[in-house]
Amino acid sequence: MLKQYSFEETAVQTFDDKTSLAMRTEDMQVFYGSNHAMFDANLAFPKNQITALIGASGSGKSTYLRSLNRMNDGIATVTGKIWYHGVNINEPGVNIYEIRRHIGMVFQRPNPFAKSIRENIVYALRANGIKKKAELEERIEQSLKGAALWDEVKDNLDKSALSLSGGQQQRLCIARSIAMAPDVLLLDEPCSALDPISTVKVEETLLELQKKYSIIIVTHNMQQASRISSQCAFFHLGHIMEYAPTGTMFSNPQIPVTQDYIAGSFG
Amino acid sequence: MNAKRTDFVATVVIDLIVASVVGILFFLLAYILTAGLPHVSWSFLTGATDAFSGAGGIGVQLFNSFYLLVLTMLISVPISLGAGIYLAEYAKDNWRTSLIRSAIEVLSSLPSVVVGLFGFLLFVVKFKIGFSVISGSIALTFFNLPLLTRNIEESLSAVSRSQREAGLSLGLSKWKTELGIILPVALPGIVTGIVLSAGRVFGEAAALIYTAGQSAPVTNFADWNPMDPASPLNPFRPAETLAVHIWKVNTEGLASNAAALSAAASAVLIIAVLLFNLGARLLGNYLYRRVTASK
Ligand SMILES: Nc1ncnc2c1ncn2[C@@H]1O[C@H](COP(=O)(O)OP(=O)(O)OP(=O)(O)O)[C@@H](O)[C@H]1O
Ligand SMILES: [Mg+2]
Repeated sequence: MLKQYSFEETAVQTFDDKTSLAMRTEDMQVFYGSNHAMFDANLAFPKNQITALIGASGSGKSTYLRSLNRMNDGIATVTGKIWYHGVNINEPGVNIYEIRRHIGMVFQRPNPFAKSIRENIVYALRANGIKKKAELEERIEQSLKGAALWDEVKDNLDKSALSLSGGQQQRLCIARSIAMAPDVLLLDEPCSALDPISTVKVEETLLELQKKYSIIIVTHNMQQASRISSQCAFFHLGHIMEYAPTGTMFSNPQIPVTQDYIAGSFG
Repeated sequence: MNAKRTDFVATVVIDLIVASVVGILFFLLAYILTAGLPHVSWSFLTGATDAFSGAGGIGVQLFNSFYLLVLTMLISVPISLGAGIYLAEYAKDNWRTSLIRSAIEVLSSLPSVVVGLFGFLLFVVKFKIGFSVISGSIALTFFNLPLLTRNIEESLSAVSRSQREAGLSLGLSKWKTELGIILPVALPGIVTGIVLSAGRVFGEAAALIYTAGQSAPVTNFADWNPMDPASPLNPFRPAETLAVHIWKVNTEGLASNAAALSAAASAVLIIAVLLFNLGARLLGNYLYRRVTASK
């Protein structure tokens, strides 16, 4: 029997005007048909920081994350506002393809295209009108270096991406995203299918990447959240219960539900 | 122990069933080939038929079969590709889609004789096109579309959702994702399906008897202008195919060696169909390696 926690008692931090934000949601709700999966989500993400979203399975982390770059279009109904560079991108008129180029996404299971490593990176670039060979080569190298994969694959760029290991595939997916020069990167449990060594590599990659990108990452692994994130949000049954700097969240959680979750005595 | 015994008995029964299926197939093949192959010769494969008795070679019919096949594929592949992509990617789960699916089911279960008669009444008689390659290939298209569409839809749906998400998350449009990412992965399956259906089309007789006709007028193989009435490429000439020829020689052949003629033609037909099957496999595997593994 799951313990009942009040959804009224929350501790969600806000930021003052001086903090520059990558993006922000305001009273966001998500419905899968009649299933109300996300309630009044108000979160703001500081620029060039890693924000971790934690919570039990089914608490709505992926639902929240996928709404941020409109990947839930056609799957769920999302209401409320999603502010990005002063624009509410949760409007029907917004160009979602453009939005997704600015807000990249990496998924739980590595999903490289069944193409060569090179093609994985340049395919979407070419589709977006970048045709110059030199520029494409430059982007390949920069993105693979950014994802800490360059040294492992630089001599085999024409090899099939499917022949890479899971960890390499995931870093390729990260490279593929950052090659688009996004400014926010969304990651949904990017390490859950990886071994510890690949996980460390991806984490190091992310720590490096936050200098240039704002990162929002869903993770089940609290050590991972504490290792890499600056801010941390805790989700419970579609509600955001607590949002605080990661250190504070783990050492001094404010409300019972977070305390129990972090202590591992949940439910 | 009991579970082990039932398991054993079941395995034996299944093995026997499989063996009998394979056995029947091999018996059929061996019978047709041994009966027919001794009568197959180069002059048989390339020679002309005597229009009255049906004796002589099958050169024109062989050509007609291939020509009809190519024309049919040229018409049916693009249409079923569009329909398959629509059903796999764009169709919503509503009554309209179920209606389309039911229509495809019904179309695929129409007897080919009925399709042939329909083609006869509509194209040959009503539109006054006459017995012709084009009437035949449109009839074959009716017969081919449902299977190809289903094959293409299934091949596309078999590609993992995560590939589509990857494409969309990079800001690619749905159409671009479909064409550039999903289609290449599905291609081996699609090509296999196309080649297999080519084998079926190649061997089809009933739908062609009343549409492409039962005569193979002597054509001038030096004249490749499709507009000339005597050209083999002219789509408006009657074109008896190999399968129709076999049927005709058997039912109304006046040649003294009609049995040998039809046996030989059957052997050629079977070999061609087998080659299509083999080709489907090889091409599918090749493309699969080409698309997924390293180049
Ligand atoms: N595509 C969907 N269609 C319908 N309901 C969905 C869909 N995706 C998620 N849900 C529902 O939304 C709720 C939240 O799911 P979500 O996937 O966001 O959880 P999560 O926190 O990401 O869980 P996990 O840690 O297991 O990934 C669940 O009740 C789930 O059943
Ligand atoms: Mg999830």
